[in-house]
Amino acid sequence: MSLRTSRPARAGQYLALLCYLVFLAFPFVWLISTAFKPARELGSLHPTWIPDSPTLENLRQAFDEQPLLRAAGNSLTVALSAALIAVVIATPMAYVMARQRSRLATAATGWVVVSQAFPFVLVIIPLFLMLKNLHLINSLLGLIMVYVVWSLPFALWMLVGYVRAVPAELEEAAAVDGAGRLRTLVSVTAPLLAPGIVATAMFAFITAWNEFFFALVLLKSPEKQTLPVILTHFLGAEGVADLGPLAAAAFLATIPSLVIFAIIQRRITGGMLAGAVKT
Amino acid sequence: MRTRSLTGAGTHTGTGARLVAAAAALGLLLTGCSGGDGESSDGRITLRFQSLAWQDESVQVNKELVKEWNAAHPDVRVEYVQGSWDSVHDQLLTSFEGGEAPDIIHDASDDLADFAYGGYLADLDGLLPDRLRRDIPERSWETAEFGDGVYGVPFLQEPRVLIANKKILEASDARIPTVEKPWTWAEFRSATKELTAGEGRKPAAGQAEYGVAWPLKDPVSATLNLSRSTGGQLFHRGADDKVTIRYTEADAEVPAVIHDQVNSDGSASGATLGMGGSDTLPGFFGGKYAMVPLGFSYRQQIIQQAPKGFEWTVLPAPAGADGATQGVSPQTLSVSEDTPHKKEAVAFIDFLLQPENMVRLAQGDWMLPTGTAALADPSLHTAKHGWGTGAALARELLPAPAQSVRGYPEWKDKVATPALQEYYSGAIDRAELEKRLVKDGNLVLARYQR
Repeated sequence: MSLRTSRPARAGQYLALLCYLVFLAFPFVWLISTAFKPARELGSLHPTWIPDSPTLENLRQAFDEQPLLRAAGNSLTVALSAALIAVVIATPMAYVMARQRSRLATAATGWVVVSQAFPFVLVIIPLFLMLKNLHLINSLLGLIMVYVVWSLPFALWMLVGYVRAVPAELEEAAAVDGAGRLRTLVSVTAPLLAPGIVATAMFAFITAWNEFFFALVLLKSPEKQTLPVILTHFLGAEGVADLGPLAAAAFLATIPSLVIFAIIQRRITGGMLAGAVKT
Repeated sequence: MRTRSLTGAGTHTGTGARLVAAAAALGLLLTGCSGGDGESSDGRITLRFQSLAWQDESVQVNKELVKEWNAAHPDVRVEYVQGSWDSVHDQLLTSFEGGEAPDIIHDASDDLADFAYGGYLADLDGLLPDRLRRDIPERSWETAEFGDGVYGVPFLQEPRVLIANKKILEASDARIPTVEKPWTWAEFRSATKELTAGEGRKPAAGQAEYGVAWPLKDPVSATLNLSRSTGGQLFHRGADDKVTIRYTEADAEVPAVIHDQVNSDGSASGATLGMGGSDTLPGFFGGKYAMVPLGFSYRQQIIQQAPKGFEWTVLPAPAGADGATQGVSPQTLSVSEDTPHKKEAVAFIDFLLQPENMVRLAQGDWMLPTGTAALADPSLHTAKHGWGTGAALARELLPAPAQSVRGYPEWKDKVATPALQEYYSGAIDRAELEKRLVKDGNLVLARYQR
């Protein structure tokens, strides 16, 4: 069967892709637009994409009212650490689960899936009590531990899929060529697995970066709070919002994850190419 | 210790509660118990005060007051902790369960029932100074009384008012209502017709596209609280202390006006029924709606966002057979049952709610103080920004009807919100609304009163 598509079909595909991108980009573009609008434009019946009188006032107010940089630093520390630790723990576990076809591995996979169904509310109280007695309430370390535990099942599940996608025959061939277990893992499996590891790390990072409830409950001191918690300080009762500064702060909050995405995306592509060509 | 569900006040099921209790017990078994009492080795006490103030001015006032207290009381230090209205119930519940609750807790009275019945909050009866007890009217205390105890000090409240486009209103033939002579609900309905040009029509002088925009994303509290003016009560407590729901003519009057404005008269926009208050402001500023019923504190947003030259005024909400009264759920200050320093915590609350301080807090939040002395402050009776209208209305405020009804949050979310939304949009009639509110509602409440 030919993989070639006709021009109209291809144009249709591009159009669909464009529509999808516009749909995805709309909230972000609107957020940026709102962040630079003066208060009076926010209340306009005919809002514009580009602010008529762009202002940095919302940014100034957001920084004046809340410790955004400190909160961003906390979020970055927590999210990067959680992503790194989750990947370091999950990768060997996933390898074993994918390669060992035993009842234990099947049961472990099942447990991982079931554990995703636990609601936050069921785990938060015992977790809170345990962390309290470990003196890890109001501690970024405690929050990192929580995020690692929370993202680990899904990270594991993702990685098992990636490991299974690496043909075992390649490892067998390496063994036939005389490579030891470790050499095979480092030289053959790891490069092919790299995109999966990076994607999993991204998942863990984004999960931790955006998480609100655990951070709200576990962190007491203002100097420890993460960005999602700080952002709610622009919200009042019954959903009333200080919209300009909230949009400005939310826009700033998206920047680190965008930068990390941009860097990592290049790494994923590189990893995929590295895995595609056997040298 | 009783265990509560994290999913909302009073919404736990037996199984859910048991699961959470078991999880909590397991956590305790695994980890053992420990905890501090907020007292340092030199005998100095530190109290944690979690405030939900969020507007810049309000946060500043709270921080200033804490600073003033700390300067005057070196032995009882108060630490300001910034809380958040978002998820405050779950956050507090977790802190209570974990023995890490703040000593002094800022919340809203309609969130307290579960905590009070759950034994998490200290009964303040007997601890409160006479001055504070006398200063706040009995009707406000009722919002924080559960069973025989007092579990919070109500200190800020806000009535619902009509914010009107001044130019449109003055150019119309409608009578402009005052606090002394507010519109009746019938007058309000005819005034909104008067002010309406109709959808898509170019409004004449004294008209907007719609006379009113009802932001009813959360229709239950607005409906119940405004229905107090017509004698609406909905929840009736029997001699056996059990609450049942009855939907009387008095309960039906306000919903019928809103329903007819949207579906018969075309004087209220159907599009705003799913909106929050802030969402209606652009249309209000653009002259699309002549009036918007909003909480009193929305004035701050209007001042910030209104275009230059836009003139607006604050009108009292319409009155019914019971006058201009309406229900409110004031903001409260409570003390954690676990704190060993209840007397000191109450002393701080007493300081925070001294009349002059209560005025500062009210101004910071654009709300009204509950305290009689604070409410008499001349700065709250100026015509500017409608302060005087609100202050006059404060005399008529009563506890929200569902204040102490267990199971109310579940009834509200699962029964009343969808039923009222469908009724206001014209999808169901009054009979169906009544059936759902009463029949389905009583089934929900019965589960909490076995």
